[in-house]
Amino acid sequence: MSAPLLEAAGLHKSFGATPALAGAGFSISAGEIVAVMGPSGSGKSTLLHCLAGILAPDDGTIRFRGQDLVQMSDAGRSALRRGEFGFVFQRGRLVPELTCLENVALPLRLTGTGRRDAERQAMAWLERLEVADTGAQRPGEISGGQSQRVAVARALVTDPSVVFADEPTGSLDSLNGERVMRLLTLAARESGSAVVLVTHETRVAAYSDREVIVRDGRTRSEEFVR
Amino acid sequence: MPLGHTLLGLLEAGPRHGYDLKRAYDERFGRDRSLPYGQVYATLSRLLKHGYVEVEGVESGDGPDRKRYTITDEGITDIERWLAQPESPEPYLRSTLYTKVVLAMLTRRSATSVLDTQRREHLRLMRELTARKIAGDLIDQLICDHALFHLEADLRWLELTTARLADLERTVLS
Repeated sequence: MSAPLLEAAGLHKSFGATPALAGAGFSISAGEIVAVMGPSGSGKSTLLHCLAGILAPDDGTIRFRGQDLVQMSDAGRSALRRGEFGFVFQRGRLVPELTCLENVALPLRLTGTGRRDAERQAMAWLERLEVADTGAQRPGEISGGQSQRVAVARALVTDPSVVFADEPTGSLDSLNGERVMRLLTLAARESGSAVVLVTHETRVAAYSDREVIVRDGRTRSEEFVR
Repeated sequence: MPLGHTLLGLLEAGPRHGYDLKRAYDERFGRDRSLPYGQVYATLSRLLKHGYVEVEGVESGDGPDRKRYTITDEGITDIERWLAQPESPEPYLRSTLYTKVVLAMLTRRSATSVLDTQRREHLRLMRELTARKIAGDLIDQLICDHALFHLEADLRWLELTTARLADLERTVLS
């Protein structure tokens, strides 16, 4: 197995007196899809937020390509999130004032790509996710399934090393959930992006290469199956 | 799988030779296990005896495949009745998994490891079916999804039972 792309050890994080993570570990290799599973309140979303540099752990180490995320400056972490990470949340979290095309182009614009080039790449991603027809519409005008596919396009447009997906099918019916998972995993595999997939649904986890189980803030890793 | 009704249904679409019937069956329903010839002809002769199918024509030559079978009005009525009738849902009340969990407790072995081992095996199969579904067509998707939803239900039971092990142990060992 190659060196991990992203790895964490001994993560602790409490919110007030409530411990969310109590010594959690994690590791993912380039291009790998790992499901993070566990009951509600087990700490799986907190783990994802720490791994993505959104939350700072109280204790423990997180390394991305060997760089320590915990010691990094806020500016350094932000740059890493923009350039190397992509995000898909339970509900699209698209910018309501922008069209879907502008939403997908946004991460490229933030990293300095010109408008025309950014929108050309964004359109190619909307086509890949089978939602090219939503380009001129605003998020409020499209369905939940469509907006989740726009969100996947936005997450992948920068060709990220890691996509963090937090319950990406949580707000969708079975058919749309299947469609989002199929397109997300196919696109990530084609681009070579790793995916950290937080889910409580085993049918969604079955799209991954392996799973990590979080219980009471601790992690347990299942063996590789591929 | 009620083979008689399946063959009748395929024959309702149009008369066929035994071999064509087997091929049509394999294409739609036999992706995991194709239908042996012997079974096709045994079933056809039973359907003939009941008057649900008849031989429409026999071409010159040897072998049973010379016969063309067609569905009769009685056959159509029979398949209509079968399609309209609901299937009895599986009661799922006798579970080997439940037995294993209780026996592990009674013999002072680890019920957790019984559940964990099963969970891994279920997920392994779910990944296999998901991979097949992604690579396959709509028919593969429907077949695999049916299995995936059932496996998911098992996994939810495994999860819930894991959470209830302490209570169960008190009940079993009291």
